[in-house]
Amino acid sequence: MLELLGITAGYEPGAPVVRGASVTVAPGESVGLLGPSGCGKSTLARVAALLHRPDAGTVTIDGTRATGWRHRAPKARRTAIGVVFQQPRLAADPRLRLTDLIAEPLRAGGRRAEVTGRVGELARTVGLTDDLLGRRPHEVSDGQLQRACLARALVLRPRWLVCDEMTAMLDASTTAALVTVVEEYRRAEGAGLLAVGHDRVLLERWCDRTVRWTEIAEAV
Amino acid sequence: MTTPEPPAPSPLSSPLLSVRGLGVRFRMRGGRHVAAVTDAGFDLAAGECLALVGESGCGKSVLASALLGLLPGNAQTTGSALLAARGPAGEVDLLTADERTLARTVRGRRVGLVPQSPAAHLTPVRTVRSQLAEVLRELTGVRGPALAKAVEAAAARTAYPSDHLDRYPHELSGGLAQRAATALALIGDAPLLLADEPTTGLDRELVDRTADELRRHTDDGRALLMITHDLAAAQRIADRVAVMYAGRIVELADADSFFGGDGPRHPYARGLLDALPEREFTAIPGTPPELGDLPDGCAFAARCPRATDICATLPVLTPGHGSSVACHHAEERVDA
Repeated sequence: MLELLGITAGYEPGAPVVRGASVTVAPGESVGLLGPSGCGKSTLARVAALLHRPDAGTVTIDGTRATGWRHRAPKARRTAIGVVFQQPRLAADPRLRLTDLIAEPLRAGGRRAEVTGRVGELARTVGLTDDLLGRRPHEVSDGQLQRACLARALVLRPRWLVCDEMTAMLDASTTAALVTVVEEYRRAEGAGLLAVGHDRVLLERWCDRTVRWTEIAEAV
Repeated sequence: MTTPEPPAPSPLSSPLLSVRGLGVRFRMRGGRHVAAVTDAGFDLAAGECLALVGESGCGKSVLASALLGLLPGNAQTTGSALLAARGPAGEVDLLTADERTLARTVRGRRVGLVPQSPAAHLTPVRTVRSQLAEVLRELTGVRGPALAKAVEAAAARTAYPSDHLDRYPHELSGGLAQRAATALALIGDAPLLLADEPTTGLDRELVDRTADELRRHTDDGRALLMITHDLAAAQRIADRVAVMYAGRIVELADADSFFGGDGPRHPYARGLLDALPEREFTAIPGTPPELGDLPDGCAFAARCPRATDICATLPVLTPGHGSSVACHHAEERVDA
């Protein structure tokens, strides 16, 4: 289970942007979280991915309560969650070629031996050609870069996926392609998904169930 | 002071913007060329909205930049884009006009730009009021006490709340920033509005509201060219749809028959529509070709379920039942 309970979080003391938010994802389940722009849903997604320390509330992953965030999170916990952000440009190191971008989590985790096989396999899955893999972010389109960012999120075979507006910048065909990749991965690995977004039609089509922001969080 | 009246609608028969054989090539290192737009052609009349749709990287935004004379130095253009004469202003070819003409008489005055990501388009260190006032001074020559009233009037045209005029761009929500940017684009009363991905990153409710507002400005007698990958927004406001693939317009159709009725006739357009979550939600296999390395024949053939040997020759945009299509295997329509 991925459980967020009573999460209050923000960026300045005394001014939370999320108050008392709770959401639970069962293993293998996909949950869509719907909310308008600026409601705090991206902040909650960052908390779920252990990237932002909440002011109050608990995050429990597979029965263990999270105590450290960002670099203070234990490696096994951090690597259990894959994250895809809304804007691939801001989520990709501009100096890395796409192949290195995808391989980075393996290298950082001391698993260099797996790089060649795993990157090639994932590149095929997300539809990146060898030519594209050799390019840097400024030489590819938003859609191509987001494909690489999704491959990077899957490279460590996470048990949980957090997709924060993964497709908001993308056209209809690329959106459908990336959602298909996520769903095939989840079928193969039994991973759970928290998909955050504002597109009701998309999330209801994609996820097992959708919850509205007003149902799971208190007003700020 | 008087706010100029919106331009009167002209009969649909005389296009305001007439684009013929528009091509844009970028010269790259090593003498290579990237053909971002090839042989694009369309007409746009006052009171009409044309939506230019396609995947990211298909050349849509390059086309918009070409119409505003904002291409980088290594770009070469061919063809013509004639903006019709209106009042004292004569006909002008947007592709060949010099920078002085474009800067002094075209941008903002005859072609208004509603930008992508308005929050980034606005000057971050100045309030909305000060930016509206500057544009009003430059474009309409209003001075003194009349200026304050003109600012409020300009803001009111896009329903921008007057109590938010003294805010800086970072203090605005996405929707208000979009309205502020649209208000700036409308000040010059340009007969042609160019909206480049005006709804990217906005949530659905805001997309609808932005689209409806743009439609309202079109109904006031302006021509609107909306460039977007958001098919839902295009469906909401467009009269006609142009589908672009690998730098070429592959289908030009009436919006009603494209989105409803018979649907698109080009297999790529069909695939794009079927990818929507409210339809099949299946992606078109493969990815678009590189614009620097296009095949001689149909650029979509490699991804196309209907491709045959004939697709090795380039299909031309051919007028047919209600739409023009560039495809050897376009869906046939039987006249009812």
